[in-house]
Amino acid sequence: MTDTHIADRVYIEPLTPEFLEEIIAKEKPDGLLATLGGQAGLNLAVQLSERGILEKHEVELLGTSLTAIKKAEDRELFKETMQKLGEPIPESTIVEDVPAAVEFANSIGYPVIVRPAYTMGGTGGGIADNEEELIDIVIKGLNYSMIGQVLIERSVAGWKEIEYEVMRDGNDNCITVCNMENFDPVGVHTGDSIVVAPSQTLTDHEYQMLRSASLRIIRELGIEGGCNAQYALDPDSNRYYVIEVNPRVSRSSALASKATGYPIAKVSAKIAIGYSLDEITNAVTQKTKACFEPALDYCVVKFPRWPFDKFVYADRTLGTQMKATGEVMSIDRHFEGAILKAARSLEIGVHRLHMEKMDEWDDARVKKNLARINDERIFVIAEALRRGIASVDEIHEITKVDKWFINKIKNITDVEVLLAREPLTPKHMLAAKNVGLADVSIAEITGKSADEIRTIRKSMNILPCYKMVDTCAAEFEAATPYYYSTFHAQQDEVETSTARKVVVLGSGPIRIGQGVEFDYCSVHSVWALKEMGIEAIIINNNPETVSTDFDISDRLYFEPLTTEDVLNIIDKEKPEGVIVQFGGQTAINLAASLQKAGVKVFGTSVDDIDRAEDRERFDEVLTQTKIPRPLGISVTNLDDAIVGAANIGYPVMVRPSYVLGGRAMEIVYNEDELRDYMSRAVKVTPDHPVLVDRYMQGTEVEVDGISDGVDVVIPGIMEHVERAGVHSGDSIAVYPPRTLSSKVIYTIIDYTKRLAVALHVKGLLNIQFVVVNDEVFIIEVNPRSSRTVPFLSKVTDIKMVNLATQIALGSTLKELGYRSGLVPPKPYVAVKAPVFSFAKMTDVDIALGPEMKSTGEVMGIDYHYARALYKAIIGSGINVPTKGCVLFTVADKDKEEMMQLAKAFSELDFKIAATEGTAKAIMSMGIDVEIVGKVHERSTDIIEKIKNGNIDMVINTLTQGKHSLKDGFKIRRATVEHGIACLTSLDTAWEVLRVLSFMRERRLVYSLAIQDYVGGGDDLA
Amino acid sequence: MKGKLILEDGSVFSGELLNNIKATGEVVFNTSMTGYQESLTDPSYCRQILTLTYPMVGNYGIADIFMQSRKSFVNGFVIGELCEEGSNWHYETSLADFLTKQGIPCLYNVDTRAVTRKIRSAGTMKGIIVPDDAAKTEIDELFAVPIKKDVVMEVTTPEAYTMEAEQADAPFVVAMDFGVKQNILKSLHNLGCRLEVVPADTKAEDILAMNPDGIFLSNGPGDPADVPEIVEEIKKLLGKKPIFGICLGHQLLARALGAKTYKLKFGHRGSNQPVKNLLTGRVQISSQNHGFAVDEDSLKDLPLEVTHINVNDGTVEGIRHTGMPIFSVQYHPEASPGPDDNMYLFDEFWTMLKGE
Repeated sequence: MTDTHIADRVYIEPLTPEFLEEIIAKEKPDGLLATLGGQAGLNLAVQLSERGILEKHEVELLGTSLTAIKKAEDRELFKETMQKLGEPIPESTIVEDVPAAVEFANSIGYPVIVRPAYTMGGTGGGIADNEEELIDIVIKGLNYSMIGQVLIERSVAGWKEIEYEVMRDGNDNCITVCNMENFDPVGVHTGDSIVVAPSQTLTDHEYQMLRSASLRIIRELGIEGGCNAQYALDPDSNRYYVIEVNPRVSRSSALASKATGYPIAKVSAKIAIGYSLDEITNAVTQKTKACFEPALDYCVVKFPRWPFDKFVYADRTLGTQMKATGEVMSIDRHFEGAILKAARSLEIGVHRLHMEKMDEWDDARVKKNLARINDERIFVIAEALRRGIASVDEIHEITKVDKWFINKIKNITDVEVLLAREPLTPKHMLAAKNVGLADVSIAEITGKSADEIRTIRKSMNILPCYKMVDTCAAEFEAATPYYYSTFHAQQDEVETSTARKVVVLGSGPIRIGQGVEFDYCSVHSVWALKEMGIEAIIINNNPETVSTDFDISDRLYFEPLTTEDVLNIIDKEKPEGVIVQFGGQTAINLAASLQKAGVKVFGTSVDDIDRAEDRERFDEVLTQTKIPRPLGISVTNLDDAIVGAANIGYPVMVRPSYVLGGRAMEIVYNEDELRDYMSRAVKVTPDHPVLVDRYMQGTEVEVDGISDGVDVVIPGIMEHVERAGVHSGDSIAVYPPRTLSSKVIYTIIDYTKRLAVALHVKGLLNIQFVVVNDEVFIIEVNPRSSRTVPFLSKVTDIKMVNLATQIALGSTLKELGYRSGLVPPKPYVAVKAPVFSFAKMTDVDIALGPEMKSTGEVMGIDYHYARALYKAIIGSGINVPTKGCVLFTVADKDKEEMMQLAKAFSELDFKIAATEGTAKAIMSMGIDVEIVGKVHERSTDIIEKIKNGNIDMVINTLTQGKHSLKDGFKIRRATVEHGIACLTSLDTAWEVLRVLSFMRERRLVYSLAIQDYVGGGDDLA
Repeated sequence: MKGKLILEDGSVFSGELLNNIKATGEVVFNTSMTGYQESLTDPSYCRQILTLTYPMVGNYGIADIFMQSRKSFVNGFVIGELCEEGSNWHYETSLADFLTKQGIPCLYNVDTRAVTRKIRSAGTMKGIIVPDDAAKTEIDELFAVPIKKDVVMEVTTPEAYTMEAEQADAPFVVAMDFGVKQNILKSLHNLGCRLEVVPADTKAEDILAMNPDGIFLSNGPGDPADVPEIVEEIKKLLGKKPIFGICLGHQLLARALGAKTYKLKFGHRGSNQPVKNLLTGRVQISSQNHGFAVDEDSLKDLPLEVTHINVNDGTVEGIRHTGMPIFSVQYHPEASPGPDDNMYLFDEFWTMLKGE
């Protein structure tokens, strides 16, 4: 979306009123559209308006007016509006302090919900069952609210949660695009709920009652565009409450658009510039108008993707604070098929509603877990049904999940039980496929292999049909090539063509380590294929992506990314081959099994991918190419790990082989930690070895290249601010590199070429190096697109994915007009900084390490390094103080470096605080230090200071070992809860210092469109 | 047991037969996602085999309050999944039990999207529901059964009845029942009307003798051209009293005023049909169930104006008389199933009744 061809002018700048004003002054736009940028967009519009910037520059706010936004967003105004309409809302009050919250809650009784005003994803909210919990949540909520207000409200936990997506135009025409019902009753944030569309357990009367309420609300608020209304509906009467209204296009709108084929954002944009709904053509049918309500003839399931595989210590409980990082969507003719497709799209090691670890649970434990509201609840429900230890009624009593859903899950587990008991007759096979069980699930239950099941199934002629998503339940002929599979049908309606065609595999749900960067690559690959005159077919399951917009590819299959689901499509489409290198590890993981099934894999061969990813084979490649790497071994059991680590010498970096985003990667400092790691973080088997590497502390460098196996083009080199040991995805990366010597750069180019040639790379490759004392070591090679490809493509203006796609299909770099080597660096600097969502994940340690923790990234670009860095840092949401008090609490090994830092901060007039030992060292330099007590000594001292706002930034490094960390952990969490910057790497701290000192003398705000940077325009910053 | 739906053109759709009951009828589809009970009991579906495009049916069971007439008049019911365990606080009985009790032939586990695609391209046609092993002769016999024409008399109330109003001076409306949906009567009654619901063959003079403040012409099944005798009676009512017509009532009114009606290729049946009010420029979403429409060209020289059109295909959805208090709509403002965006039409009728 920030590519230069998306808009006439694209700015990649921090989203702050200061930067926006600069851009507005420069571009003099006629209008501002703020309702498509989520909560961030709305909040900015409010700020711009309140500061008089819109008025000053004569910018019209398009679409929904500020009054409407405020009516929906401001709790008190919202309440008044709803009361005027006669729409019921739960008893509630707005408070600005704790005593008022307590008084109100005691008057209406517990449980109560706490919601901060003006925040995203419910940050800082929660349900309180008693006064103590209430006080805790209110304190946090007040901190998070932009306006220091929280809402205390009666809890309707356990009721049905229903949502409507509504559209209204300037002529007061209103429609609902779709409604959705949450599997999880009220109490779990809708972003963390399993959601179905349309609603399943509502009578027409209930459906229309809430639909009409939605229309009344959108009219009263005067919204022009999209809007989302959430309700709690009593499962035992017609009573309902309006829970929330979002006066904008939301996450749910994206889901609703994909679920129905109705492009809500596009239509909202047209409404904003003055079109009415009956003037806008329905893009799907090309005949009817946007003024209608989509009729679905399928069931859609959205399943959240949580980061608990990364954050193993995180609190998995789900509540009003959203924890998911992404989601998958699935479509089938019935719920059973859709929920199973969703489960196997998640990539969490399940392919049905069954978790292996629960096999080891006794019945009592399963039953006990039914009462837990967490990410595993649906799996526990299935397990209880499978074992027959709880009836549908009992499960409903415990979970409040509607019996309809539980019965549907029982339909699935009943077939599983049947399959386990009886031979696999054609009738049983059909029953299994009809409830949506994957071949691999049938294989697991019947003790056969998935390949065998596939062969048997095909011999029985049990094949899926593909149906179209057309917004109108087949009433009109549709032009949209948007499909899903079902075994529950008789007619396949996909018309395949005989043109040249290629399948591009998408990257699945957004999770830590595999974000939207890979979708960028998939989309660009599709565009490249279309440019080449080849039909592009995309397979993906993520409703949040561009690749699943129905107008991107020639044909979109909204399907799970598993071997079976992909092979079924390939059987149907018979493409020339598949491209796997753009879909992250999701797609790469499918390469081998697809090739085994006889599918042509374009680009780097499956064998060469394996040579890069398999530890031993990669060692051979390195020996052959004479490239050094940190000393390391691959082990398949604990004893070997202990001996190996001792030989290499601690600290060592340990991780499972085949990783993405540093999953389960840690630096361990001694044998105890190694033992702990081996038992907790990985499952070691001969098939899944664990890698133990020497931990080298040096500068980390990352390179993305494009190769045809002979030549290699390197668009750019990125140097990381944080030293090796911090995951590359969590590091601040700088293009072009700033401290590398010519010798090092030459070596990196040379190694990159050698590796690309040795691995016969046909397309993209990404290499991470560590530089120690001017010597270059390789850390890892990924023979695929990486998360830095969009960043590098944008800043270097080289169409990396386009080139890689052409090469994968057989072109050479020479033919495409490129020469081997590093492309000369641009005259500007681009900085990529990670974005974290620690505020939502309680119990997660925010300290940076080899395990990736960030959930997004931002870019800062400028002709001055320090300002590019400044843009990246504030853009990433770090609250950098310009004055105040910096608290130092660091490990002994870092004390010396810390002293220099403290001195430097003190010279910038910061007050310094430190714990006793650290403080003494600082004082010895003649600097004033405030001594604070350690957390475990004077239990609350530091934490109190953070809470009370006496500390403006914390610089904290991990004291050695994983378990003596409680103090540090508490401090770091306290900074998150109170929105204070906490730097856990001294390297980051130095760069923040650089920014602070640079910015004292320069203008803070300077912005230029990307078109001007890459076009070489204005460089007089 | 296994069963199948066979269409006149020879296409076959397989499924499971709920009760071993065969059926012949005109196959139509409805795209509503909720309201299966309201559709099943809408008398306008008399003589038809109703297919629902939404694939999961029976999710919330059946409850008496959602009945739109004394029974279901559909000739057959073709659906995807038949949900066995309905879940809702209104739940009284399962859809399967209801169908069995009502003796409705039901074919389920059918690819109803395939059926819909067929009818969309080939038009509404005759079809039969039979067991999978039905003999050729049996199939031929079923196809030979003609589509009934006297459907209005089948569904209309056998006896006139009164719905008293709370107010003594309430406006009095005679509703001609051509197969009226309960929610229409309820909507009129809720306005405050006293209602006399009369059989379809009631004579105009008998209606006028009751001296109503207004006359309502209801929805109903079949081709408006098949009931010329009713049209004749309506002609006698014109100009005498305010008249409001819905669906079949709208078509019969148009014919009585000299307009023509024609059969649509596959009709409008669903809860998502956009209707534009030409007087206000506003678009409302409507509930619809009709296979025939009023011919716009035939209105040219008549004292009628088009007030509403369908946004999708431009067909006539509402008309009004230019000189008399007479208006009608093709769609269902009473909803059930569907959106209640158009309840304002009842208010307009109310205004007419009050002589305002």
